[in-house]
Amino acid sequence: MPALIKDGAVIDNRWTRPVLAAQDPLPAGPVLVSLEYWNANAAQITARADSVGLLLQPDEDPAAIRGGLTDIPLIAIHFPAFTDGRGFSLARLLRERFHYHGELRAVGAPIRDQLSYLVRVGFNAFELAEHYDPQAALASLADFSDSYQAAADQPLPLFRRRG
Amino acid sequence: MYLYDQTDRQIIADRVAQFRDQTARYLAGEIKDEEFLPLRLQNGLYIQRLAPMLRICIPYGLVSAAQLRRLAAITRQYDKGYAHLTTRQNIQLNWPALEDVPDILADLAEVEMHAVQTSGNCIRNFTTDQFAGVAPDELIDPRPYCEIMRQWATFHPEFAFLPRKFKIAVCGSTHDRAAVRFHDIGLNLRQNEQGEAGFEVLVGGGLGRTPVIGSVIRRFLPAVHILSYLEAILRVYNLKGNRDNRYKARIKILVRAMGVEAFRTAVEAEWQHLKDGPSTLTEAELARAKGFFTAPPYANVDPAATTATLAEQAAGDKAFANWLERNTHAHRVAGYRSVTLSLKPTGVPPGDITAAQLDSVADLTERYSFGEARTTHEQNMVLADVEAAQLYPLWQELTPLGFATPTLGTLLDMVCCPGGDFCSLANAKSIPIAETIQRRFADLDYVYDLGDLDLNISGCMNACGHHHVGHIGILGVDKKGREYYQVQLGGNSGEDAALAKVLGPAFEESEVPDVIEKIIASYVAERVEGESFLEAYRRLGHEHFKGVVYARPD
Ligand code: SF4
Repeated sequence: MPALIKDGAVIDNRWTRPVLAAQDPLPAGPVLVSLEYWNANAAQITARADSVGLLLQPDEDPAAIRGGLTDIPLIAIHFPAFTDGRGFSLARLLRERFHYHGELRAVGAPIRDQLSYLVRVGFNAFELAEHYDPQAALASLADFSDSYQAAADQPLPLFRRRG
Repeated sequence: MYLYDQTDRQIIADRVAQFRDQTARYLAGEIKDEEFLPLRLQNGLYIQRLAPMLRICIPYGLVSAAQLRRLAAITRQYDKGYAHLTTRQNIQLNWPALEDVPDILADLAEVEMHAVQTSGNCIRNFTTDQFAGVAPDELIDPRPYCEIMRQWATFHPEFAFLPRKFKIAVCGSTHDRAAVRFHDIGLNLRQNEQGEAGFEVLVGGGLGRTPVIGSVIRRFLPAVHILSYLEAILRVYNLKGNRDNRYKARIKILVRAMGVEAFRTAVEAEWQHLKDGPSTLTEAELARAKGFFTAPPYANVDPAATTATLAEQAAGDKAFANWLERNTHAHRVAGYRSVTLSLKPTGVPPGDITAAQLDSVADLTERYSFGEARTTHEQNMVLADVEAAQLYPLWQELTPLGFATPTLGTLLDMVCCPGGDFCSLANAKSIPIAETIQRRFADLDYVYDLGDLDLNISGCMNACGHHHVGHIGILGVDKKGREYYQVQLGGNSGEDAALAKVLGPAFEESEVPDVIEKIIASYVAERVEGESFLEAYRRLGHEHFKGVVYARPD
């Protein structure tokens, strides 16, 4: 399993991502499930709320998530390729429009040099590709000391904050 | 022009440090080629046929004397002593070494310049009218808005990995000198009936393989909402644009696929969530931005006396008269004119400028135009604020420097991409075509008599030379491994925008000057009094010219 960076530290990754059909039983342990599975198994998931997370594909609409987002412990957004920028918009929607406050994780293929932008759009956890040393990658989380535009991490654009 | 504060300086310094680290890790083998690609592109560095090229941003075409001198020094230290102006008001080095790029960026940052987002699938430089702030037909000065939008787009975290590149142009005058109809987003600054400033918003224009004229999606957007509205458009595009096929990835294809109405509805729906949020412009921010673009301290001149002197000078010197007529432009302040420095002398690739010339322009701006110059999308430079009484001495200085080629707006003021001499995507060379045409039409009086005529040349269908919007467009094509040239007629980038139509089968390089000559000769023979080439083309029709060019001698 790729190393996990969360809230500025490298930690163990406990969440599995099994491929499940809608009628499959929920596996034990912390598990990420697809939107389809999530919406089909709302009752079981509510019973185990703190160990079931949602894996969102870049073409899926957060508005399609059944139930509230408040109790979801983890939403992962899949980046099929690091150049696929849809996840950046989805993250902002989840944070700024759907007011999701849980863990938001970038999975799939994000690269170290996207970390500062990923943080800005609202991600706080990252699974980087295997060839990156996660400890060294922490340095890229804060490549910029300030930013011009409003985003999930800073709701005020610079022009409202300039001294 | 805009001046950085401590925060602007820090953000650009952060960027230089970031790219220095990325370059070092790439050279150490820690970043794969395909991962480094977008990182270097978004720092202006792309690899072409012969060497890396570095595209340096000139935000909406404004450049100071100090910046010009720094550019000159950079081309001397890191390159071969010259640079190239692009068709989007930027400036490009042809031969920098990858290892040097972090140092070049650091040198640029010292004079508040950068190469941020000049390439790659992100929001590119905002372009505008080269006569912004001085044009008599200007309704609203676009520069403060360009600067506000530039800051918004710079390192925008959500839009750094778009389906494709994204270009925005802004125009504040009645005549469109920014080709807003041929950009991913085109913005026309307008006032509504209450006198408020706002934008007419067009989307989905563009050249390239599939040329499209942009569609209006909003007649009037109050200016304070511009950032949230742009964000709504970009978000719809980022989420829905095609990512499977780079030739179908521009926003114009999405707009066409959805239909303009559906696209507008999606943008408006997204915007309802963003409208009136913190990105809404404040009075204070508008005032701050406008404060950087106030009028310079114009001298109090007697326009009547100046006009008389100019007329006298022109009467005594035909060459000066030609230049005055073609290369200088009306100014909103009486007794002033704007001057275009031509970078199109015959025998030099259009838009090329040497280090010595960059230094000269810097000196000239300080002595004649308040220390600032502009770059134009026709690949020339402009001194925007020249006292009319100074035009004659200025012209005398420009002539030996190679800037006084008096052909602005004529057939000889061609727009031309780097083409096969430099560009790895080219089907054919473009610079030599420009040169053979310039040599064929060496008789200046004949060229003047033809009046305004845009001739644009691209070396392949990517259309960097904007051939689709030339009154005459030339496109390099590949025919069984040989370089051929397709001729198109009737394009126009202004407010009555039109796309050129292909005339017929392509020609060999040696045939091109003859073909152009036939077209021109037919225009001269058929035109009615005062009719421009484009007007004559529209009246006579495409078939007429087709007949002229392809008719078999019998
Ligand atoms: S039009 Fe083609 S040949 Fe010319 S610069 Fe663009 S990509 Fe290169």
